[in-house]
Amino acid sequence: MIHFPALRWGKPYESLETEEVLHFATGEPIARVSQANPGIVARDLRKAQKARNALRAVPAVELLERVRKAADLFMTADLPLGDGTQSPEDFVRQQSATTGLSEHMARMNMDKLRFVLEHLDEILDSLTRGLDLEILTRGYGEESGLMRSYQATTPALGMVLPSNSPGVHTLWLPVIPMQIGLVLKPGPQEPWTPWRMAQAFFAAGVPSESISIYPGGADVGAAVLKNTPRSLIFGGLPTVNAYRGNPGVQVHGPGFSKILIGEDCVDDWEQHLDLMVDSVLVNSGRSCINCSGIWAPRHTREIAAALAERLAGVEALPPDNDAAQLAAFTVKGQAEAINGDIDETLKTPGAEDMTAAFRSADRWVEQELCDYMLPTIVHCDSPEHPMAAKEYMFPFATVVQCPQDKMIGAIGDTLVGTGITNDDAFRQQLLDAGNIDRLNLGPVPTISLNWLQPHEGNIVDFLYRARAFQQG
Amino acid sequence: MTNSEGDLQANAHAAREALDAHVREIVAWHFDPATGCPFWLDWAAGADWDPRVEIQGFDDLSKFGLFEDEALRGGPVRRWVPKAYADRPIYTFETGGTTGTPKSRISVDDFRIDYEMFADNLPDEYFPRGANWLMLGPSGPRRLRLAVEHLAQYRGGISFCVDLDPRWVIKLIKKGWTEHLEAYQEHVVDQAVTILQAGHDVRCMFTTPKLLEALALRLDDMDTTLHEIGITGIFSGGTEFTPQWNRFAHEELLDGAYMTPTSGTTLMGLAASSPSTPENGYKITYYAPQPRAVIQVVDPDDPDTLVDYGTTGRVKLTTLTKEFFMPAFLERDEGEREMPYAAYPWDGVSGVRPFAKFAKSTTVGVY
Repeated sequence: MIHFPALRWGKPYESLETEEVLHFATGEPIARVSQANPGIVARDLRKAQKARNALRAVPAVELLERVRKAADLFMTADLPLGDGTQSPEDFVRQQSATTGLSEHMARMNMDKLRFVLEHLDEILDSLTRGLDLEILTRGYGEESGLMRSYQATTPALGMVLPSNSPGVHTLWLPVIPMQIGLVLKPGPQEPWTPWRMAQAFFAAGVPSESISIYPGGADVGAAVLKNTPRSLIFGGLPTVNAYRGNPGVQVHGPGFSKILIGEDCVDDWEQHLDLMVDSVLVNSGRSCINCSGIWAPRHTREIAAALAERLAGVEALPPDNDAAQLAAFTVKGQAEAINGDIDETLKTPGAEDMTAAFRSADRWVEQELCDYMLPTIVHCDSPEHPMAAKEYMFPFATVVQCPQDKMIGAIGDTLVGTGITNDDAFRQQLLDAGNIDRLNLGPVPTISLNWLQPHEGNIVDFLYRARAFQQG
Repeated sequence: MTNSEGDLQANAHAAREALDAHVREIVAWHFDPATGCPFWLDWAAGADWDPRVEIQGFDDLSKFGLFEDEALRGGPVRRWVPKAYADRPIYTFETGGTTGTPKSRISVDDFRIDYEMFADNLPDEYFPRGANWLMLGPSGPRRLRLAVEHLAQYRGGISFCVDLDPRWVIKLIKKGWTEHLEAYQEHVVDQAVTILQAGHDVRCMFTTPKLLEALALRLDDMDTTLHEIGITGIFSGGTEFTPQWNRFAHEELLDGAYMTPTSGTTLMGLAASSPSTPENGYKITYYAPQPRAVIQVVDPDDPDTLVDYGTTGRVKLTTLTKEFFMPAFLERDEGEREMPYAAYPWDGVSGVRPFAKFAKSTTVGVY
């Protein structure tokens, strides 16, 4: 069986404690993962400056070249794994087998990662507003005749990663060329991407002492957060609330991404049906950028019915079927709990499961070792209905009737907001809305990201602090 | 059969005979109206059988059925004091209190006897007689603080102590007050470092895995180590004391100081471990201080049946001292049944961890 060791600044460490990662559909063990203990993390991270020093010994432009080469290796090469190697197709099958994602979704996520790696120079150029990366390396330098100085806020960035959506790994890819070390705590079912990406980096010449990977339990995640001055964590609302306001921790939780249709465009809603379907369905609705709420001042029942009809054809298909659009729930009991929550919330008058009329099967598809949730569209008569604030990890959205002038105040935190309107006043209100992070004005699917723009905060600002600097 | 195997079998047989004799003595004591405690005498008054007649060996204890630990929660605590000890000074010690009202166990000399038995087996090379100790673990209503202090005194040393309230730690965790939790740990470690630097010739220590780790890392920040600061011998324990953690500690924290795992509980006493070394993958196997306490690994669905050696089961504890009689209590732990060992020729248990069915609702290893 494949064994994943921990990586301690590039050095493999086989733990006496291992966890098996199982195939979600067959229960067959796919890999054995060495479990780190919190003390190892705490001890290693005392040497984090060495990771940054090793990266600073390589010019940033050279690191960008190596990372670009890593993109090619990640996509095409046989890379070390366990006692042997892993081909790209092995990676797709293995990742699908343990996460419940279909194989074509795994390939799609690989493509995302490749795209970001290949365009890291442009991404960093955009995020730094054209700063010469040499200034980050040296800590200061002149730009357009002005002295600029930036100080790294941490020698290494800690990350507590999820199992559900490998697309999130795009967020940490710019870190190495910024000459900051990486400390990754992978999700229990998704050790694959951190390991393969690290191997691609190493094969491309990135110093191995710049990356640590610590598989383990929640205590290991806590140790990563505690021992890195800057870290990213992915989790549900409790996690978000626990770290909200902590300047050292960037929390990535549910996105509650939405499409808002203005008074002026709502009569033409049918033109935007494809955009709505894609926003809800792509990547099986697992991403924080998937749409979970469509808000409009009228026609909401028709919109919900049309969406429901389109999505009702989506079935639970085997992961190797290229037509599979749904990911499996691999943690037993999770789908059942979500299904129960939906049923319970629907008991409050004013909401209706519009997909029920078009679906031949139940919403919850129970299989022996895993479950599926079929796409679900719920119509809400008003923003006050408790269902209007729900988001789940499958293609689920509410269509909420709400007057335009109440929308921004009622939508709550929204990671991606697509505003379909040509009304200048409403567009300005959307631009000013502090509860919308990424704003799309016009018919842009919520799942369509421009990688050159910051996501939930600019990673450069998170890792580098601009400061005054003078030299006598 | 080799000589050593034959010796082990003979020793195991002798240990079993001693256990059966001990059971008869303890049952006779606890159910004698002149010496027993009100709890068991009341119980016997309501039973239609006489334990003093029917209990002739350890296996007969199954006639009592499973002990319900609710009986240990709440008062009056005097109902547990044997009449023979009514005029003696009585201690009461509480379990951790991870769930509701804590269980109480009264004590006169048991904690001293248990820790003296353990102390007799500590290697002088690492735990020098006359050396001073640091007790860096839970204090307050737990017996551990007094027991370690007695152990130090028994070996001719003096024990330094810090305050540590694990119930507050549990509250901090449940409230998600991470900063407070870390600050409290820092506060405890600060005190330990102060004692270790104060010229008291502290060479031996009891601590928990988390505190040992925090202390070693603090010393690392100070460019020193546990060994360099004078510590030669440590005993530690708890569910966090896993083979992997033991290996990590030996390879990266101890700097040559000796450490041995123990499993101590208020209701049992102190269980020692067979050697946990690189050669056996740092496996940790605990042996109860038989005949004063007996650990069995049983089928969770049929607690009268032992599981096979090497198989997982729930831990069942029987405590048999003149101060405290507790037959067949199902602990909140599970583990694997292990073969007798030369120094402890009776069953052991390895891989001790929270019983899977309860694990999600229990906060363990917090200090």
